[in-house]
Amino acid sequence: MTKIFETPLYPYKRCNDQDAGASVRHKVVIIGAGPVGLAMGIDLAQEGIEVVIVDDNDKVSFGSRAICFAKRPLEILDRLGCGQPMVDKGVEWDVGKVFFDDREVYKFDLLPEEGHQRPAFINLQQYYFEEYLVNRVRELEAAGAPIEIRGGNKVTAIGTHDDHVTLEIDTQEGSYNLEAEWLIPCDGAGSPTRKMLGLDFVGRVFEDNFLIADVIMEADFPTERWFWFDPPFNKGQSALLHKQPDGVWRIDLQLGWDIDKEKEKKPENVIPRLKAMLGDDVQFELEWVSIYTFQCRRMEAFRHGRVMFAGDAAHQVSPFGARGANSGLQDTDNLAWKLKLVMEGKAPDSLLDSYNVERVHGAEENILNSSRSTDFITPKSEMSRLLRDAVLDLSEHHEFARPLVNSGRLSVPCTYDGSPLNSSDALDGPARTRPGSACPDVPLGDDYLLPKLGGNFTLLTIDADAPDMVEEDGIEVTRLALSVKDDKSGALKARYLGDATSAVYLIRPDQHVAARRPNYDDNLFRAAIRRATGKE
Amino acid sequence: MTNLILTPNIDGADDFYAELLAAHEGLSKEDSDALNARLVLVMANHIGDREAISQAIQTAKLGR
Repeated sequence: MTKIFETPLYPYKRCNDQDAGASVRHKVVIIGAGPVGLAMGIDLAQEGIEVVIVDDNDKVSFGSRAICFAKRPLEILDRLGCGQPMVDKGVEWDVGKVFFDDREVYKFDLLPEEGHQRPAFINLQQYYFEEYLVNRVRELEAAGAPIEIRGGNKVTAIGTHDDHVTLEIDTQEGSYNLEAEWLIPCDGAGSPTRKMLGLDFVGRVFEDNFLIADVIMEADFPTERWFWFDPPFNKGQSALLHKQPDGVWRIDLQLGWDIDKEKEKKPENVIPRLKAMLGDDVQFELEWVSIYTFQCRRMEAFRHGRVMFAGDAAHQVSPFGARGANSGLQDTDNLAWKLKLVMEGKAPDSLLDSYNVERVHGAEENILNSSRSTDFITPKSEMSRLLRDAVLDLSEHHEFARPLVNSGRLSVPCTYDGSPLNSSDALDGPARTRPGSACPDVPLGDDYLLPKLGGNFTLLTIDADAPDMVEEDGIEVTRLALSVKDDKSGALKARYLGDATSAVYLIRPDQHVAARRPNYDDNLFRAAIRRATGKE
Repeated sequence: MTNLILTPNIDGADDFYAELLAAHEGLSKEDSDALNARLVLVMANHIGDREAISQAIQTAKLGR
Protein backbone atom coordinates (compact mmCIF):
# COMPACT_ATOMS: atom_id res chain seq x y z
CA MET A 1 0.00 0.00 0.00
CA THR A 2 1.30 3.45 -0.86
CA LYS A 3 1.59 5.65 2.18
CA ILE A 4 0.41 9.24 2.14
CA PHE A 5 4.00 10.40 2.58
CA GLU A 6 5.05 8.58 -0.59
CA THR A 7 2.44 10.36 -2.76
CA PRO A 8 3.30 13.69 -4.41
CA LEU A 9 0.53 16.01 -3.16
CA TYR A 10 1.76 19.14 -4.92
CA PRO A 11 3.87 17.89 -7.84
CA TYR A 12 5.89 20.34 -9.92
CA LYS A 13 3.84 22.18 -12.54
CA ARG A 14 5.10 24.90 -14.82
CA CYS A 15 3.70 28.28 -13.74
CA ASN A 16 3.13 31.54 -15.64
CA ASP A 17 5.95 33.27 -13.77
CA GLN A 18 8.42 31.00 -15.59
CA ASP A 19 7.28 32.35 -18.97
CA ALA A 20 6.76 35.97 -17.94
CA GLY A 21 10.14 37.22 -19.11
CA ALA A 22 10.58 39.68 -16.25
CA SER A 23 10.33 38.84 -12.53
CA VAL A 24 6.74 38.81 -11.30
CA ARG A 25 6.22 40.42 -7.90
CA HIS A 26 4.00 38.66 -5.36
CA LYS A 27 2.62 39.98 -2.10
CA VAL A 28 3.94 37.22 0.16
CA VAL A 29 6.20 34.27 -0.59
CA ILE A 30 6.54 31.49 1.99
CA ILE A 31 9.44 29.08 1.74
CA GLY A 32 8.55 25.58 2.97
CA ALA A 33 5.25 23.67 2.82
CA GLY A 34 5.58 22.06 6.24
CA PRO A 35 3.07 22.55 9.08
CA VAL A 36 4.22 26.12 9.73
CA GLY A 37 4.48 27.32 6.12
CA LEU A 38 1.08 25.85 5.22
CA ALA A 39 -0.62 27.35 8.28
CA MET A 40 0.96 30.72 7.52
CA GLY A 41 -0.27 30.58 3.92
CA ILE A 42 -3.80 29.59 4.91
CA ASP A 43 -4.01 32.35 7.52
CA LEU A 44 -2.99 35.04 5.01
CA ALA A 45 -5.04 33.69 2.08
CA GLN A 46 -8.16 33.52 4.26
CA GLU A 47 -7.71 37.25 4.77
CA GLY A 48 -7.46 37.79 1.02
CA ILE A 49 -3.69 38.31 0.93
CA GLU A 50 -2.00 36.84 -2.12
CA VAL A 51 0.51 34.17 -1.14
CA VAL A 52 2.78 31.70 -2.95
CA ILE A 53 4.29 28.76 -1.02
CA VAL A 54 7.40 27.27 -2.60
CA ASP A 55 8.96 23.96 -1.56
CA ASP A 56 11.74 21.95 -3.15
CA ASN A 57 9.86 18.75 -2.27
CA ASP A 58 6.36 17.71 -3.38
CA LYS A 59 5.24 15.43 -0.56
CA VAL A 60 4.16 15.63 3.06
CA SER A 61 6.59 14.84 5.87
CA PHE A 62 8.42 11.53 5.51
CA GLY A 63 7.67 9.59 8.69
CA SER A 64 5.60 10.75 11.65
CA ARG A 65 8.07 13.37 13.04
CA ALA A 66 5.99 15.86 15.08
CA ILE A 67 3.22 13.77 16.62
CA CYS A 68 1.90 15.63 19.62
CA PHE A 69 -0.41 18.60 19.05
CA ALA A 70 -1.58 20.75 21.94
CA LYS A 71 -4.87 22.51 22.55
CA ARG A 72 -3.79 26.02 21.52
CA PRO A 73 -2.57 25.01 18.04
CA LEU A 74 -5.82 23.07 17.56
CA GLU A 75 -7.72 26.25 18.40
CA ILE A 76 -5.60 28.14 15.88
CA LEU A 77 -6.42 25.48 13.29
CA ASP A 78 -10.12 25.96 14.03
CA ARG A 79 -9.68 29.58 13.02
CA LEU A 80 -7.92 28.33 9.87
CA GLY A 81 -10.86 26.05 9.08
CA CYS A 82 -9.12 22.71 9.56
CA GLY A 83 -9.15 21.81 13.26
CA GLN A 84 -11.91 19.24 12.99
CA PRO A 85 -10.22 16.68 10.68
CA MET A 86 -7.15 16.76 12.96
CA VAL A 87 -9.21 16.06 16.08
CA ASP A 88 -11.33 13.42 14.29
CA LYS A 89 -8.25 11.48 13.21
CA GLY A 90 -6.00 12.15 16.20
CA VAL A 91 -5.66 10.01 19.30
CA GLU A 92 -6.58 11.79 22.54
CA TRP A 93 -4.60 10.93 25.63
CA ASP A 94 -4.45 12.11 29.26
CA VAL A 95 -2.54 9.49 31.21
CA GLY A 96 1.22 9.11 31.44
CA LYS A 97 3.32 6.55 33.31
CA VAL A 98 6.88 6.93 34.52
CA PHE A 99 9.09 3.87 34.91
CA PHE A 100 12.50 3.74 36.60
CA ASP A 101 14.65 0.67 36.11
CA ASP A 102 12.21 -2.27 36.28
CA ARG A 103 9.36 -0.60 38.19
CA GLU A 104 6.51 1.80 37.57
CA VAL A 105 7.24 4.73 39.91
CA TYR A 106 4.07 6.66 39.28
CA LYS A 107 1.23 7.52 36.96
CA PHE A 108 -0.14 10.96 36.15
CA ASP A 109 -3.32 12.25 34.60
CA LEU A 110 -3.15 15.54 32.71
CA LEU A 111 -6.65 16.05 34.16
CA PRO A 112 -7.69 18.33 31.36
CA GLU A 113 -9.83 21.20 32.59
CA GLU A 114 -13.50 20.94 31.68
CA GLY A 115 -15.17 23.44 29.41
CA HIS A 116 -12.82 23.59 26.44
CA GLN A 117 -13.89 22.64 22.93
CA ARG A 118 -10.51 21.09 22.17
CA PRO A 119 -8.63 18.37 24.09
CA ALA A 120 -5.37 19.03 25.94
CA PHE A 121 -3.46 16.93 23.40
CA ILE A 122 -3.89 14.75 20.36
CA ASN A 123 -1.31 12.51 18.79
CA LEU A 124 -1.29 12.69 15.01
CA GLN A 125 1.45 11.90 12.51
CA GLN A 126 2.89 15.03 10.92
CA TYR A 127 2.09 13.59 7.47
CA TYR A 128 -1.64 13.63 8.28
CA PHE A 129 -1.32 17.08 9.80
CA GLU A 130 0.25 18.37 6.58
CA GLU A 131 -2.20 16.48 4.38
CA TYR A 132 -5.17 18.15 6.09
CA LEU A 133 -3.52 21.54 5.72
CA VAL A 134 -2.93 20.87 2.01
CA ASN A 135 -6.62 19.86 1.73
CA ARG A 136 -7.54 23.19 3.28
CA VAL A 137 -5.32 25.02 0.79
CA ARG A 138 -7.10 23.20 -2.05
CA GLU A 139 -10.47 24.14 -0.58
CA LEU A 140 -9.44 27.81 -0.42
CA GLU A 141 -8.07 27.68 -3.99
CA ALA A 142 -11.35 26.22 -5.22
CA ALA A 143 -13.19 29.07 -3.50
CA GLY A 144 -10.98 31.57 -5.33
CA ALA A 145 -8.62 32.51 -2.47
CA PRO A 146 -5.22 33.80 -3.68
CA ILE A 147 -3.02 30.88 -2.59
CA GLU A 148 -0.73 28.62 -4.59
CA ILE A 149 1.70 25.82 -3.63
CA ARG A 150 4.62 25.28 -5.97
CA GLY A 151 6.26 21.89 -5.44
CA GLY A 152 9.65 21.14 -6.95
CA ASN A 153 10.59 24.83 -6.60
CA LYS A 154 13.90 25.23 -4.79
CA VAL A 155 15.07 28.69 -3.74
CA THR A 156 18.75 29.04 -4.65
CA ALA A 157 19.44 32.74 -4.10
CA ILE A 158 17.86 35.61 -2.19
CA GLY A 159 18.38 39.34 -2.51
CA THR A 160 17.01 41.72 0.10
CA HIS A 161 15.94 45.29 -0.67
CA ASP A 162 14.15 48.05 1.24
CA ASP A 163 10.72 47.34 -0.20
CA HIS A 164 10.96 43.81 -1.60
CA VAL A 165 12.93 40.58 -1.80
CA THR A 166 14.19 38.87 -4.95
CA LEU A 167 14.31 35.10 -5.29
CA GLU A 168 16.01 32.80 -7.72
CA ILE A 169 14.19 29.51 -8.02
CA ASP A 170 15.44 26.30 -9.52
CA THR A 171 13.06 23.73 -11.06
CA GLN A 172 13.38 20.62 -13.20
CA GLU A 173 12.81 22.90 -16.20
CA GLY A 174 15.47 25.43 -15.27
CA SER A 175 15.50 28.47 -13.05
CA TYR A 176 13.38 31.61 -12.91
CA ASN A 177 13.25 34.74 -10.78
CA LEU A 178 10.45 36.21 -8.77
CA GLU A 179 9.94 38.98 -6.27
CA ALA A 180 8.03 39.25 -3.03
CA GLU A 181 6.95 42.23 -0.98
CA TRP A 182 7.37 40.02 2.07
CA LEU A 183 9.23 36.74 2.54
CA ILE A 184 8.44 34.23 5.30
CA PRO A 185 10.96 31.38 5.48
CA CYS A 186 9.46 28.34 7.22
CA ASP A 187 12.09 25.96 5.91
CA GLY A 188 12.92 24.07 9.09
CA ALA A 189 15.81 23.79 11.53
CA GLY A 190 18.35 23.41 8.74
CA SER A 191 16.86 26.50 6.98
CA PRO A 192 18.77 27.02 3.71
CA THR A 193 17.32 30.56 3.67
CA ARG A 194 19.01 31.38 6.95
CA LYS A 195 22.30 30.15 5.54
CA MET A 196 21.86 32.07 2.26
CA LEU A 197 21.31 35.26 4.24
CA GLY A 198 24.29 34.47 6.48
CA LEU A 199 22.24 34.67 9.68
CA ASP A 200 23.16 33.14 13.03
CA PHE A 201 21.54 30.18 14.80
CA VAL A 202 23.19 29.72 18.18
CA GLY A 203 22.49 27.50 21.15
CA ARG A 204 23.28 24.21 22.72
CA VAL A 205 23.86 20.80 21.18
CA PHE A 206 23.01 17.89 23.47
CA GLU A 207 25.62 15.20 23.05
CA ASP A 208 23.24 12.32 22.67
CA ASN A 209 21.51 10.35 19.94
CA PHE A 210 17.96 9.09 19.92
CA LEU A 211 16.59 6.34 17.75
CA ILE A 212 13.06 7.18 16.69
CA ALA A 213 10.95 4.37 15.28
CA ASP A 214 7.36 4.21 14.06
CA VAL A 215 6.12 0.69 14.58
CA ILE A 216 2.86 -0.76 13.30
CA MET A 217 1.56 -3.35 15.73
CA GLU A 218 -1.60 -4.79 17.16
CA ALA A 219 -0.72 -4.32 20.79
CA ASP A 220 -2.89 -4.00 23.83
CA PHE A 221 -0.85 -1.18 25.35
CA PRO A 222 -3.28 1.49 26.56
CA THR A 223 -3.47 4.99 25.03
CA GLU A 224 -0.97 6.43 27.47
CA ARG A 225 2.43 8.05 27.33
CA TRP A 226 4.99 5.68 28.85
CA PHE A 227 8.40 6.99 29.74
CA TRP A 228 11.26 4.85 31.06
CA PHE A 229 14.36 6.08 32.86
CA ASP A 230 17.18 3.53 32.81
CA PRO A 231 15.01 0.53 31.78
CA PRO A 232 16.38 -3.04 31.75
CA PHE A 233 15.96 -3.16 27.94
CA ASN A 234 18.00 0.03 27.42
CA LYS A 235 20.35 0.23 30.42
CA GLY A 236 21.63 3.63 31.39
CA GLN A 237 19.40 5.34 28.80
CA SER A 238 15.74 6.32 28.40
CA ALA A 239 12.77 5.19 26.30
CA LEU A 240 9.35 6.49 25.27
CA LEU A 241 6.26 4.74 23.93
CA HIS A 242 3.35 6.77 22.54
CA LYS A 243 0.33 5.85 20.44
CA GLN A 244 -0.61 7.37 17.08
CA PRO A 245 -3.61 6.70 14.83
CA ASP A 246 -3.75 3.60 12.54
CA GLY A 247 -2.07 1.28 15.11
CA VAL A 248 1.22 3.13 14.71
CA TRP A 249 3.35 3.48 17.85
CA ARG A 250 6.14 5.97 18.33
CA ILE A 251 9.16 4.57 20.14
CA ASP A 252 12.13 6.72 21.15
CA LEU A 253 15.26 5.01 22.44
CA GLN A 254 18.20 6.99 23.76
CA LEU A 255 21.43 5.57 22.33
CA GLY A 256 24.22 7.71 23.79
CA TRP A 257 26.81 9.83 22.01
CA ASP A 258 29.48 7.52 20.57
CA ILE A 259 27.51 5.42 18.11
CA ASP A 260 27.59 4.64 14.42
CA LYS A 261 24.37 6.24 13.20
CA GLU A 262 24.17 4.44 9.87
CA LYS A 263 24.70 1.08 11.53
CA GLU A 264 22.14 1.73 14.29
CA LYS A 265 19.50 2.68 11.72
CA LYS A 266 19.65 -0.69 9.96
CA PRO A 267 16.60 -2.89 10.60
CA GLU A 268 18.80 -5.81 11.71
CA ASN A 269 20.02 -3.61 14.57
CA VAL A 270 16.74 -1.80 15.28
CA ILE A 271 14.53 -4.90 15.48
CA PRO A 272 16.42 -6.63 18.36
CA ARG A 273 16.26 -3.37 20.36
CA LEU A 274 12.49 -3.18 19.85
CA LYS A 275 12.00 -6.87 20.67
CA ALA A 276 13.89 -6.35 23.93
CA MET A 277 11.44 -3.57 24.77
CA LEU A 278 8.16 -5.03 23.49
CA GLY A 279 8.79 -8.72 24.14
CA ASP A 280 9.59 -11.50 21.68
CA ASP A 281 5.97 -12.44 21.02
CA VAL A 282 4.75 -9.03 19.80
CA GLN A 283 4.37 -8.88 16.02
CA PHE A 284 5.33 -5.54 14.52
CA GLU A 285 6.37 -3.86 11.30
CA LEU A 286 8.73 -0.89 11.00
CA GLU A 287 7.23 2.10 9.21
CA TRP A 288 10.00 4.64 9.70
CA VAL A 289 13.30 4.88 11.56
CA SER A 290 15.46 7.88 12.15
CA ILE A 291 18.29 8.97 14.44
CA TYR A 292 18.26 12.42 15.97
CA THR A 293 20.64 14.62 17.87
CA PHE A 294 18.90 17.33 19.86
CA GLN A 295 19.65 20.99 19.88
CA CYS A 296 18.15 24.00 21.59
CA ARG A 297 18.93 27.18 19.68
CA ARG A 298 17.38 30.21 18.07
CA MET A 299 18.09 33.10 15.76
CA GLU A 300 18.95 36.28 17.60
CA ALA A 301 16.22 38.11 15.66
CA PHE A 302 13.31 36.54 13.75
CA ARG A 303 12.68 39.66 11.66
CA HIS A 304 15.21 40.96 9.15
CA GLY A 305 13.54 43.80 7.25
CA ARG A 306 11.15 42.24 4.76
CA VAL A 307 12.07 38.70 5.85
CA MET A 308 10.31 37.12 8.84
CA PHE A 309 11.41 33.66 9.96
CA ALA A 310 8.89 31.29 11.57
CA GLY A 311 8.89 27.81 13.12
CA ASP A 312 12.01 25.65 13.40
CA ALA A 313 13.82 27.94 10.95
CA ALA A 314 13.77 30.57 13.72
CA HIS A 315 14.04 28.35 16.80
CA GLN A 316 14.76 24.72 17.54
CA VAL A 317 14.06 22.69 20.67
CA SER A 318 14.45 19.08 21.76
CA PRO A 319 11.21 17.13 21.22
CA PHE A 320 10.48 16.57 24.94
CA GLY A 321 7.42 18.69 25.64
CA ALA A 322 6.16 18.89 22.04
CA ARG A 323 7.27 22.49 21.70
CA GLY A 324 8.44 22.47 18.08
CA ALA A 325 5.48 22.41 15.68
CA ASN A 326 3.18 23.68 18.44
CA SER A 327 5.23 26.85 18.87
CA GLY A 328 5.61 27.23 15.09
CA LEU A 329 1.83 27.42 14.76
CA GLN A 330 1.84 30.14 17.40
CA ASP A 331 4.40 32.06 15.34
CA THR A 332 2.05 32.12 12.36
CA ASP A 333 -0.89 33.06 14.60
CA ASN A 334 1.12 36.01 15.89
CA LEU A 335 2.47 37.17 12.53
CA ALA A 336 -0.51 36.86 10.16
CA TRP A 337 -2.74 39.63 11.53
CA LYS A 338 0.16 42.01 12.03
CA LEU A 339 1.40 41.57 8.47
CA LYS A 340 -2.13 42.05 7.13
CA LEU A 341 -2.58 45.36 8.98
CA VAL A 342 0.83 46.62 7.85
CA MET A 343 0.16 45.60 4.23
CA GLU A 344 -3.21 47.37 4.31
CA GLY A 345 -1.59 50.52 5.71
CA LYS A 346 -3.64 50.25 8.90
CA ALA A 347 -0.63 49.81 11.19
CA PRO A 348 2.96 51.05 11.09
CA ASP A 349 5.78 48.80 9.94
CA SER A 350 7.03 48.74 13.54
CA LEU A 351 4.08 46.47 14.48
CA LEU A 352 6.10 43.69 12.85
CA ASP A 353 8.89 44.27 15.36
CA SER A 354 6.47 43.10 18.04
CA TYR A 355 6.37 39.73 16.22
CA ASN A 356 10.06 39.49 17.00
CA VAL A 357 9.65 40.60 20.63
CA GLU A 358 6.71 38.31 21.41
CA ARG A 359 7.88 35.19 19.61
CA VAL A 360 11.49 35.47 20.84
CA HIS A 361 9.94 35.54 24.31
CA GLY A 362 7.98 32.38 23.39
CA ALA A 363 11.08 30.68 21.98
CA GLU A 364 13.09 31.49 25.12
CA GLU A 365 10.40 29.91 27.29
CA ASN A 366 10.33 26.80 25.08
CA ILE A 367 14.11 26.51 24.98
CA LEU A 368 14.32 26.84 28.78
CA ASN A 369 11.73 24.12 29.37
CA SER A 370 13.07 21.83 26.70
CA SER A 371 16.70 22.22 27.91
CA ARG A 372 15.68 21.36 31.46
CA SER A 373 13.80 18.26 30.32
CA THR A 374 16.77 17.16 28.26
CA ASP A 375 19.12 17.72 31.22
CA PHE A 376 16.90 15.53 33.38
CA ILE A 377 16.48 12.78 30.78
CA THR A 378 20.15 12.73 29.76
CA PRO A 379 22.17 13.85 32.81
CA LYS A 380 25.58 15.09 31.74
CA SER A 381 27.52 14.74 34.99
CA GLU A 382 27.77 12.14 37.72
CA MET A 383 26.12 14.48 40.26
CA SER A 384 23.35 15.39 37.84
CA ARG A 385 22.61 11.68 37.43
CA LEU A 386 22.76 11.01 41.19
CA LEU A 387 20.27 13.80 41.88
CA ARG A 388 18.04 12.64 39.01
CA ASP A 389 18.03 9.05 40.29
CA ALA A 390 17.34 10.27 43.84
CA VAL A 391 14.29 12.18 42.57
CA LEU A 392 13.06 9.07 40.74
CA ASP A 393 13.65 6.80 43.75
CA LEU A 394 11.74 9.14 46.05
CA SER A 395 8.94 9.72 43.55
CA GLU A 396 7.60 6.18 43.92
CA HIS A 397 6.35 6.74 47.46
CA HIS A 398 6.62 10.48 48.04
CA GLU A 399 4.40 12.86 46.16
CA PHE A 400 6.73 15.79 46.75
CA ALA A 401 9.34 14.39 44.36
CA ARG A 402 6.95 13.97 41.43
CA PRO A 403 6.87 17.59 40.26
CA LEU A 404 10.66 17.33 39.98
CA VAL A 405 10.49 14.39 37.55
CA ASN A 406 10.93 15.93 34.13
CA SER A 407 10.26 13.76 31.09
CA GLY A 408 9.01 16.79 29.17
CA ARG A 409 6.99 19.86 30.17
CA LEU A 410 4.15 19.81 27.70
CA SER A 411 3.51 22.77 25.43
CA VAL A 412 1.22 25.49 26.72
CA PRO A 413 0.68 28.84 24.99
CA CYS A 414 3.13 31.57 25.84
CA THR A 415 1.82 34.62 27.71
CA TYR A 416 3.31 37.80 26.24
CA ASP A 417 4.11 39.43 29.57
CA GLY A 418 5.80 42.78 29.07
CA SER A 419 4.83 43.03 25.39
CA PRO A 420 4.80 46.57 24.00
CA LEU A 421 1.29 45.81 22.66
CA ASN A 422 -0.19 45.23 26.14
CA SER A 423 -1.97 47.92 28.13
CA SER A 424 -1.47 47.71 31.87
CA ASP A 425 -3.83 45.41 33.70
CA ALA A 426 -6.71 47.42 35.18
CA LEU A 427 -8.94 44.53 36.30
CA ASP A 428 -8.80 42.64 39.57
CA GLY A 429 -9.31 39.49 37.54
CA PRO A 430 -7.75 36.02 37.16
CA ALA A 431 -4.02 35.95 36.37
CA ARG A 432 -4.58 33.52 33.50
CA THR A 433 -6.37 36.19 31.44
CA ARG A 434 -4.02 39.09 32.18
CA PRO A 435 -2.89 41.17 29.18
CA GLY A 436 -0.65 39.05 26.96
CA SER A 437 -2.49 35.76 27.68
CA ALA A 438 -4.06 33.51 25.07
CA CYS A 439 -7.81 33.51 25.77
CA PRO A 440 -8.91 30.29 27.47
CA ASP A 441 -12.04 28.73 25.98
CA VAL A 442 -15.42 28.83 27.75
CA PRO A 443 -18.57 26.81 26.98
CA LEU A 444 -21.50 29.01 25.91
CA GLY A 445 -24.62 26.87 25.62
CA ASP A 446 -24.03 24.51 22.69
CA ASP A 447 -21.14 26.61 21.45
CA TYR A 448 -17.80 27.90 22.73
CA LEU A 449 -16.19 31.29 23.19
CA LEU A 450 -13.16 31.01 20.91
CA PRO A 451 -15.07 30.45 17.64
CA LYS A 452 -17.07 33.59 18.49
CA LEU A 453 -13.90 35.63 18.83
CA GLY A 454 -12.86 34.64 15.32
CA GLY A 455 -9.88 36.41 13.82
CA ASN A 456 -10.54 40.13 14.26
CA PHE A 457 -10.22 42.57 17.14
CA THR A 458 -13.01 41.93 19.64
CA LEU A 459 -14.33 43.89 22.60
CA LEU A 460 -15.55 41.20 24.99
CA THR A 461 -17.91 42.63 27.58
CA ILE A 462 -19.15 40.69 30.58
CA ASP A 463 -22.06 42.45 32.26
CA ALA A 464 -20.72 45.80 31.05
CA ASP A 465 -21.97 48.40 28.55
CA ALA A 466 -19.96 49.35 25.49
CA PRO A 467 -20.58 50.44 21.89
CA ASP A 468 -21.35 47.57 19.47
CA MET A 469 -18.50 48.73 17.26
CA VAL A 470 -15.49 50.93 17.86
CA GLU A 471 -13.40 52.22 14.98
CA GLU A 472 -10.04 53.71 15.82
CA ASP A 473 -7.77 54.86 13.00
CA GLY A 474 -8.84 52.14 10.56
CA ILE A 475 -9.04 49.31 13.12
CA GLU A 476 -12.56 47.97 13.58
CA VAL A 477 -13.39 46.34 16.89
CA THR A 478 -16.65 44.43 17.25
CA ARG A 479 -18.30 43.86 20.58
CA LEU A 480 -19.18 40.41 21.92
CA ALA A 481 -21.57 40.89 24.85
CA LEU A 482 -21.78 38.11 27.45
CA SER A 483 -23.35 37.82 30.86
CA VAL A 484 -22.75 35.58 33.84
CA LYS A 485 -26.49 34.86 33.63
CA ASP A 486 -25.69 32.66 30.60
CA ASP A 487 -22.64 31.12 32.25
CA LYS A 488 -24.09 27.77 33.28
CA SER A 489 -20.73 26.09 33.85
CA GLY A 490 -19.27 29.03 35.81
CA ALA A 491 -16.20 28.94 33.55
CA LEU A 492 -16.71 32.47 32.22
CA LYS A 493 -16.66 33.89 35.74
CA ALA A 494 -13.75 31.72 36.84
CA ARG A 495 -11.62 32.46 33.78
CA TYR A 496 -12.49 36.10 32.97
CA LEU A 497 -13.96 37.74 36.09
CA GLY A 498 -12.51 36.21 39.24
CA ASP A 499 -13.54 38.60 42.01
CA ALA A 500 -14.65 41.32 39.58
CA THR A 501 -18.37 41.76 38.83
CA SER A 502 -17.94 43.10 35.31
CA ALA A 503 -15.19 43.23 32.71
CA VAL A 504 -14.31 44.59 29.29
CA TYR A 505 -11.53 42.85 27.37
CA LEU A 506 -9.80 44.04 24.21
CA ILE A 507 -8.84 40.85 22.38
CA ARG A 508 -6.41 40.73 19.46
CA PRO A 509 -7.03 38.82 16.22
CA ASP A 510 -4.75 36.02 17.52
CA GLN A 511 -7.07 35.69 20.56
CA HIS A 512 -4.53 37.12 23.01
CA VAL A 513 -5.69 39.70 25.57
CA ALA A 514 -4.43 43.24 24.85
CA ALA A 515 -6.21 45.14 27.64
CA ARG A 516 -8.87 44.67 30.32
CA ARG A 517 -10.78 46.94 32.67
CA PRO A 518 -13.91 46.59 34.82
CA ASN A 519 -15.86 49.01 32.55
CA TYR A 520 -15.74 50.55 29.10
CA ASP A 521 -13.88 53.85 28.93
CA ASP A 522 -13.78 55.27 25.41
CA ASN A 523 -10.46 57.12 25.68
CA LEU A 524 -8.64 54.31 27.42
CA PHE A 525 -9.86 51.62 25.04
CA ARG A 526 -9.02 53.71 22.00
CA ALA A 527 -5.53 54.13 23.43
CA ALA A 528 -5.38 50.36 24.00
CA ILE A 529 -6.34 49.73 20.35
CA ARG A 530 -3.60 52.09 19.19
CA ARG A 531 -1.13 50.43 21.49
CA ALA A 532 -2.09 46.91 20.34
CA THR A 533 -1.45 47.96 16.73
CA GLY A 534 1.95 49.52 17.35
CA LYS A 535 0.78 53.15 17.29
CA GLU A 536 1.68 54.19 20.84
CA MET B 1 4.76 16.19 67.02
CA THR B 2 5.88 17.43 63.66
CA ASN B 3 5.05 15.62 60.49
CA LEU B 4 7.64 15.80 57.73
CA ILE B 5 6.15 17.44 54.67
CA LEU B 6 6.16 14.88 51.86
CA THR B 7 3.72 16.60 49.53
CA PRO B 8 4.90 19.19 46.98
CA ASN B 9 5.98 22.29 48.90
CA ILE B 10 8.20 24.29 46.53
CA ASP B 11 6.71 26.82 44.10
CA GLY B 12 8.49 26.65 40.78
CA ALA B 13 9.92 23.16 41.26
CA ASP B 14 11.70 23.30 37.88
CA ASP B 15 13.43 26.56 38.80
CA PHE B 16 14.63 25.06 42.07
CA TYR B 17 16.00 21.95 40.36
CA ALA B 18 17.73 24.01 37.67
CA GLU B 19 19.36 26.19 40.35
CA LEU B 20 20.56 23.09 42.18
CA LEU B 21 22.08 21.61 39.01
CA ALA B 22 23.66 24.95 38.14
CA ALA B 23 25.35 25.07 41.55
CA HIS B 24 27.06 21.78 40.74
CA GLU B 25 28.02 22.65 37.20
CA GLY B 26 31.73 22.44 36.49
CA LEU B 27 32.60 20.97 39.91
CA SER B 28 34.62 17.79 40.37
CA LYS B 29 32.73 14.91 42.00
CA GLU B 30 34.62 15.59 45.23
CA ASP B 31 33.68 19.26 45.23
CA SER B 32 30.07 18.38 44.35
CA ASP B 33 29.87 15.96 47.29
CA ALA B 34 31.26 18.63 49.59
CA LEU B 35 28.71 21.13 48.28
CA ASN B 36 25.89 18.67 48.99
CA ALA B 37 27.19 18.10 52.52
CA ARG B 38 27.23 21.83 53.23
CA LEU B 39 23.79 22.19 51.70
CA VAL B 40 22.34 19.44 53.97
CA LEU B 41 23.75 21.18 57.05
CA VAL B 42 22.48 24.62 56.03
CA MET B 43 19.01 23.26 55.27
CA ALA B 44 18.87 21.23 58.48
CA ASN B 45 19.68 24.33 60.46
CA HIS B 46 16.93 26.24 58.67
CA ILE B 47 14.41 23.51 59.49
CA GLY B 48 15.59 23.47 63.11
CA ASP B 49 12.84 21.13 64.24
CA ARG B 50 14.70 18.03 65.55
CA GLU B 51 11.78 15.70 64.95
CA ALA B 52 11.38 16.80 61.33
CA ILE B 53 15.11 16.38 60.75
CA SER B 54 15.04 12.84 62.19
CA GLN B 55 12.10 11.93 59.98
CA ALA B 56 13.91 13.37 56.97
CA ILE B 57 16.98 11.28 57.73
CA GLN B 58 14.84 8.14 58.06
CA THR B 59 13.03 8.89 54.77
CA ALA B 60 16.30 9.38 52.93
CA LYS B 61 17.79 6.19 54.45
CA LEU B 62 14.87 4.11 53.20
CA GLY B 63 15.83 5.22 49.72
CA ARG B 64 12.42 4.95 48.14
